[in-house]
Amino acid sequence: MAETLTIGKALNTGLRRAMERDPKVLIMGEDVGKLGGVFRITDGLQKDFGDDRVIDTPLAESGIIGTAVGLAIRGYRPVCEIQFDGFVYPAYDQIVSQVAKMHYRSKGKVSLPMVIRIPFGGGIGAVEHHSESPEAYFAHTAGLKVVSCSNPDDAYWMIQQSIESDDPIIFLEPKRRYWEKGQVNVDSASLPLHNARVTRPGRDATVIAYGPMVRTALDAASAAAEEGREIEVIDLRSLSPLDMAPVYASVRRTGRAVVVHEAPVNLGLGSELAARITEECFYSLESPVLRVGGFDTPYPAARIEEEYLPDLDRVLDAVDRSFGF
Amino acid sequence: MAKGEVKARTSGTRAAPEPAFVQLLTPEGDRVEHPDYSVDFTDEEYRSLYHDLVVVRKLDAEATALQRQGELGIWASLLGQEAAQVGSGRALRAQDMAFPTYREHGVLYCRGIDPIMPLGLFRGVDQGGWDPNEFKFNMYTIVIGAQTLHATGYAMGITKDGKVGSDDGEAVIAYFGDGATSQGDVNEAFIWASVFNAPMVFFCQNNQYAISEPLERQTRVPLYHRASGFGFPGLRVDGNDVLACYAVTRKALDDARHGQGPSLIEAYTYRMGAHTTSDDPTRYRIASEVEAWQAKDPIKRLRAFLEKQGMAKADYFDAIDEEARVAAVELRERVLSMPDPDPMTLFEHVYPNGSPELDQQKEQFAKYLASFEGSGH
Repeated sequence: MAETLTIGKALNTGLRRAMERDPKVLIMGEDVGKLGGVFRITDGLQKDFGDDRVIDTPLAESGIIGTAVGLAIRGYRPVCEIQFDGFVYPAYDQIVSQVAKMHYRSKGKVSLPMVIRIPFGGGIGAVEHHSESPEAYFAHTAGLKVVSCSNPDDAYWMIQQSIESDDPIIFLEPKRRYWEKGQVNVDSASLPLHNARVTRPGRDATVIAYGPMVRTALDAASAAAEEGREIEVIDLRSLSPLDMAPVYASVRRTGRAVVVHEAPVNLGLGSELAARITEECFYSLESPVLRVGGFDTPYPAARIEEEYLPDLDRVLDAVDRSFGF
Repeated sequence: MAKGEVKARTSGTRAAPEPAFVQLLTPEGDRVEHPDYSVDFTDEEYRSLYHDLVVVRKLDAEATALQRQGELGIWASLLGQEAAQVGSGRALRAQDMAFPTYREHGVLYCRGIDPIMPLGLFRGVDQGGWDPNEFKFNMYTIVIGAQTLHATGYAMGITKDGKVGSDDGEAVIAYFGDGATSQGDVNEAFIWASVFNAPMVFFCQNNQYAISEPLERQTRVPLYHRASGFGFPGLRVDGNDVLACYAVTRKALDDARHGQGPSLIEAYTYRMGAHTTSDDPTRYRIASEVEAWQAKDPIKRLRAFLEKQGMAKADYFDAIDEEARVAAVELRERVLSMPDPDPMTLFEHVYPNGSPELDQQKEQFAKYLASFEGSGH
């Protein structure tokens, strides 16, 4: 059965399914109760599951994550909402030093089946600290798994798969795409959580993206097709671990790879992808792996964020440059 | 300033006034009454408290010696804090959960846990991994104050499980030091515990120093006063008085398990040794200060009490010393026989569900190591 949902509503429905299935699932965060979250992702959940399971917390991010650790030790499965990407840093110590390391420290005796939801990325005309892309910090940290959804079907299934996983998961939501609609197959998931997907096949170049940039990459591929160039688009979905097999297979066919993300290119995910593709596909490459991303500046003021963010033209420019080698 | 409170130090020397605190046993070993707190121990129980204090100190001294001989990488000694740890640790009921720092060896002992358990961490053969739910004693936490939030979350879980409101109710004790009270996590834990009425006790061992920094670098008010700002009771106890530490902790835990919410206990004590074996306290504190605290020694005063009350004689004390000595020898032998871990185990337990990327790294590293076999390297 398929339903048409926005990404936001798909997340909301996925959270609801997870809470119905397992009474140990809790939702914690700032304004997640009565308000339903500032983006309404938890809308109606407190009304239906009670304030014992959907908890409006004090306004302190380290407290949200640190108490969730204790609840997880007690046997609960907390789903924490960090209101905006730029507000996760007060919780950074708890995430990196405790959440990520507890299973290792305990020699496997303690699992922390936590999900930390973070609306991330720009493009919504926000003030400072509301548009950041912190994924590399977390993908760099052993012990965390990091995923990002790009469409309603993935949103619906990946949030449930994340909650069911015993691994601690950083769940990055493409906030500027919350209102985009798509088909959701509510009967079965199309992929396991940590698999990448070839979203659009093509033979001339491979564009690799995740989260909010998948839509941008697909738009670029459509525009390129009008000029007779076929771009293959891969949605990584999982940022740690990376599912590289479909990426290698694609690049071996196309010989060209462009990685796109909103985060600054310097030591971003694109750097790791470029290194791995170079190592594995060296003799198939027709050009170096190119990266399209944010500049190495703090996230800029809203009136000029469109210049900072990769868009269709910058993706196509990179593809053109790839063909220039 | 209320009578007996510690004055802020303005020079490098310290006056040693008795602060206002709950005390049931004076440094001279005399039992004193308190309007709110009391203990009702049998002679045997008094003696067993003494036993624990002595054994815990001896094992601690052995660990320090092991570090000096290169057998441990580092050791965080509890010397001087035995009463705070044994008193509070013995006050826990079987169903209660403790969240320690890295110095709570005495509490661990009182939980009935094999004292070898944390030595792997200090020897460097593991990260101190055990199952908190099996021992009702969380793993040692090294980041200062982080565990107070874990304790609070765990206590919130007790409430969600409906395990408060009766004698069988569960409670949590969160350990931390004076330095930790400056951490955001500790203050957030106070807020969370208060707002959610968490069944827990914040047990602060104020040992006067955060490595080299004295108490006045952390606070301008007595630490236990902090609690009132967060909306729950706080009190100060003589941290070198095992009876008082037991009595106040027992009451606070029982209040918590019956649904009366959190409280803060400041155990006023002194770190007689270094912060860790890597520290040199002579750089930041003077001998006369240490000597003043020596006179308040927790073991000496309980021994004096037992002698005055006729509960124990020299042969008893000798027997306890001998038992402690044997326990220390045994601990030493077991530390020395701890095998180094297999190098390949460094890849284990990173994720509950594993990681294909990590599997690949492990495989490659195994091949790399195997390439040296037979080469003489």
